[in-house]
Amino acid sequence: MPPLAPDQPAVTAIACEGLTKRFGSVLALDHLDLRVPEGIVFGFLGPNGAGKTTALRLLTGLAHPTAGQAKIAGIPTVHGEPNRRGLIGYLDQDPRFPTWMTGRELLEVVGRLYGMRDAELRQRVDETLELVGLSDAARRRIGGYSGGMRQRLGLGQAVLNRPPVLLLDEPVSALDPEGRHDVLTTIRQLAGGSTVLFSTHILADAERICDRVAILDHGRLLTDAPVGELLERYAQPVYRIEPDARHLDQLPSLAEALRDVPGVTEVLDAFGELRVLTDDPAQAGPALLAALAARRIGLVAFERLRPNLEDVFLRLTGRDAERAA
Amino acid sequence: MTGLLPLFDKELREQWRTKRLLVVLIVFAVFGIASPLLARYTPELIRALASDALASVIPPPTTADAVDQFLKNVGQTGVLAAILLAMGSVALDKERGIAALFLTKPASRAAYLLAKLIAIGLTLLIGTVAATLAGYGYTTWLFEALPIGGYLAMGLLLFLQLMVYATLTFLGSTLARSSLVAAAFGIAVLAVVAVVGALPGIGPYTPGGLSAAGRSLALGTPPEMLIGPLLVNVMLVVVVFVVAWLAFRRQEL
Repeated sequence: MPPLAPDQPAVTAIACEGLTKRFGSVLALDHLDLRVPEGIVFGFLGPNGAGKTTALRLLTGLAHPTAGQAKIAGIPTVHGEPNRRGLIGYLDQDPRFPTWMTGRELLEVVGRLYGMRDAELRQRVDETLELVGLSDAARRRIGGYSGGMRQRLGLGQAVLNRPPVLLLDEPVSALDPEGRHDVLTTIRQLAGGSTVLFSTHILADAERICDRVAILDHGRLLTDAPVGELLERYAQPVYRIEPDARHLDQLPSLAEALRDVPGVTEVLDAFGELRVLTDDPAQAGPALLAALAARRIGLVAFERLRPNLEDVFLRLTGRDAERAA
Repeated sequence: MTGLLPLFDKELREQWRTKRLLVVLIVFAVFGIASPLLARYTPELIRALASDALASVIPPPTTADAVDQFLKNVGQTGVLAAILLAMGSVALDKERGIAALFLTKPASRAAYLLAKLIAIGLTLLIGTVAATLAGYGYTTWLFEALPIGGYLAMGLLLFLQLMVYATLTFLGSTLARSSLVAAAFGIAVLAVVAVVGALPGIGPYTPGGLSAAGRSLALGTPPEMLIGPLLVNVMLVVVVFVVAWLAFRRQEL
């Protein structure tokens, strides 16, 4: 779905208004205001402890807000009413199941809770097992499943009834690269039919499949915008300079010298290479090459990197400054 | 009561697949069989081992002894089973995140609790019925035939007694986040009920007081008090369950 345009008011699937959660003296979520339009994949980004899981638990009604409110399809979540109406599918970041059940049995119980019966239930369970790649393990006890298989089963039980809203907490954190690719592809395919809110601290995943992202840090919402807009607004162009082995010992002095090059705003020493941030890449590029040539620095690589969400994230959370320091 | 049937089906399967139902069935049946056997042969055993003087004062076993043994053995084992079955039922699910799994589906918290309690009750009922039938059979074989209706009524009163302890422990399991705390709650309740049961005028209304009514019914004599203790204990199960639900309704999971 394209980003929200002012003349295209979208239906709000998920809304948070001043949503706040305090655990004793810890403010886990601080007045979160958020609107997630219907049918998109929405990335909820932030480092560990940013408040992502707390926000998702408040949306499921498993936890109660200290202040503010959340709504799914216009229905307040505080008493779990959207759950009872089958409006949400939820995957916990560490999905746990009764270990004595088989994967198929679990999905059958979940399907019956959604009112499915007989042929419809069998068909939906078969489709879901196929979708999450667990058809072969369907009759095995969940107690014998690996972490990745449990996460796939978790996704399966969340999508079984094709809910209008899917809340996925770190859905790929326990998966190997192949499994991660499959699950991310599945999530992308679900967009349109469902609104997907998925939390992650793996920014490349969010960049790959999200239409829009929100960045949280220390319980506060730092930004909420379409991915492209964020990259344009916050990500500074970066040059990566990797000197050859003979010049590695000159990196500190080289970094110092490149800071004076026109158009350069910051130079970061990043483990055997330099990351040069610029606000004017057209001017900085040739000037950097000239400076390197003047100092007769041999190069393994000199490239302009495509700015990514990681750069945005580091900039917004101030962690690039910490890293530089 | 959204989702009661699928959740009850799941709980019942859990009782079977985790072998709880089978273990309860076997243990109760064994104690049901052993009670009349012990009542019949313990005096003979003591007589054979004791001196003639002591042997002469040991009275011959009676049917009442068999009923007393049954109530004592199956009652004690049953209370232990009730506490063990109920202690982790909710607390462990909360601890492991399984409660959250099902309660983010169209399932009310009342249905979630009721499904669990009914499954525990059914397991205890099956165990009690097995013990009662075994006890009746062996009592008839070794002593005399008692009125079957009265003996079964004793079994049902025993079951109600166990349900009171199971529901109280279930409340502990709902309030606590650990099954051990729930078990401690159940044992503390057991101790309190034992103390309260010793108070004159109150004793017959406690779960233990149901045994006296059950004994009379099994032996074919009218009990001194039946309807009052029966109603009080049924109400106790209902009220404790409602308290558990009220506590669970607003809990964060």
